[in-house]
Amino acid sequence: MVARVLTVSILAGLLAGLLISALQHVTTTPLILKAETYEAALRVQGAPMQAAFTGEARIQLAHNDPKAGAEHTGEHEWKPQDGLQRTAFTSLVTIATAIGFAALLLAGMIAANEQIDQRTALAWAICGFLAFGLAPAMGLAPELPGSAAAELQQRQLWWLLTAVVTAGALFVFLRVEASWARALAVLALLLPHLIGVPHPAAPESKVPAEIAAHFAALSLAIQAALWLVTGFAVGVLWPWLARRSAATAVA
Amino acid sequence: MNTATVTSQASVSERAKAVAAALILGFVLIYTVGFAASANVHNAAHDTRHGLAFPCH
Repeated sequence: MVARVLTVSILAGLLAGLLISALQHVTTTPLILKAETYEAALRVQGAPMQAAFTGEARIQLAHNDPKAGAEHTGEHEWKPQDGLQRTAFTSLVTIATAIGFAALLLAGMIAANEQIDQRTALAWAICGFLAFGLAPAMGLAPELPGSAAAELQQRQLWWLLTAVVTAGALFVFLRVEASWARALAVLALLLPHLIGVPHPAAPESKVPAEIAAHFAALSLAIQAALWLVTGFAVGVLWPWLARRSAATAVA
Repeated sequence: MNTATVTSQASVSERAKAVAAALILGFVLIYTVGFAASANVHNAAHDTRHGLAFPCH
C-alpha cells in the first residue's frame, strides 16, 4: 500500500503539475514578470519602503533584476536565469507542489478509511482547495513581488495554522453528526480570521491595483485547477493500480 | 475471488504505514517548495510561491 501511495502521488502530481505549469506560464507568471519591473523601479528610487521589510524579507527582495539586486544589496546569490531555466524551475516546483498535495490528499482519504474513486477524490480535492487555497487567501491575498507585507515567518505560521484548522474543521463538519461538534467546527473555521493575519503597517505597493487584483483572481483559479486536476488524477489512478495489484495477487 | 474485498479491506497497520508515508512525502515537499527559507530554494521556487499564493518575502 505504501508503494501504491508513492506511485499514485508521483504520477498524479506529475500529470497535474505539468498541466498547471503550462497554465501558469500563460497566466500568473507574465504578471509576476510585469510586477518585477515595478519592484526594480522602486529599488532604483532608493526605496524608502524597504524599511517595512525586515530580516529575511529584505534580503530576498533581491531577485530577478541582476544589476539592481547586486548594486543595492550586495547579494550575489544563485537564481535561475530568466527564460528557459526560470520556466523549468517554476514547472519543476509546481510539479513538486502537486505531488505534495496528492500525497496529503491520499493521507487524509486513507486515514478516514474513504473509498478512493473519481467522485470522492474530487470532493476531497475541493476541500483541499478550500483549506489550503481559499481560506489562507482571505487573510493573505495572493501577492505580486513588490507588495508591502508583514514579516514572513508570522505570515507563514498564520497560513499553516489556517490551512490545518480549516481542513480539520471541514472534516468534522462533514463527518460528525453531533450538532455541538458541527458548531465547534464552524467556530474553528472562523477562528484564524478572528485572530487575524499579521498585516503591514501601511500598504505601499507600487504595483498597480488592476494588475494585483487580476493576479489574485488568476492565482486562486490556478490553485483550484491544481487541486481539482490532482484530485481527479488520484481518483483515476488509485483504483486502476488497486485493480492491477489485485489481479496480480490472484494470478 | 472477490477482488472488491481484497482491495478495500487493507489492515489497519498497513493503512497506518501508508498514511505515514503519504504525510511525510506531502509535508517534506510542501515545506520545501512553499516555506523553506534558504535563498537558493526561494529563488528557484519564487514564481511558483507567488503563483500559488504561498507567503513569499
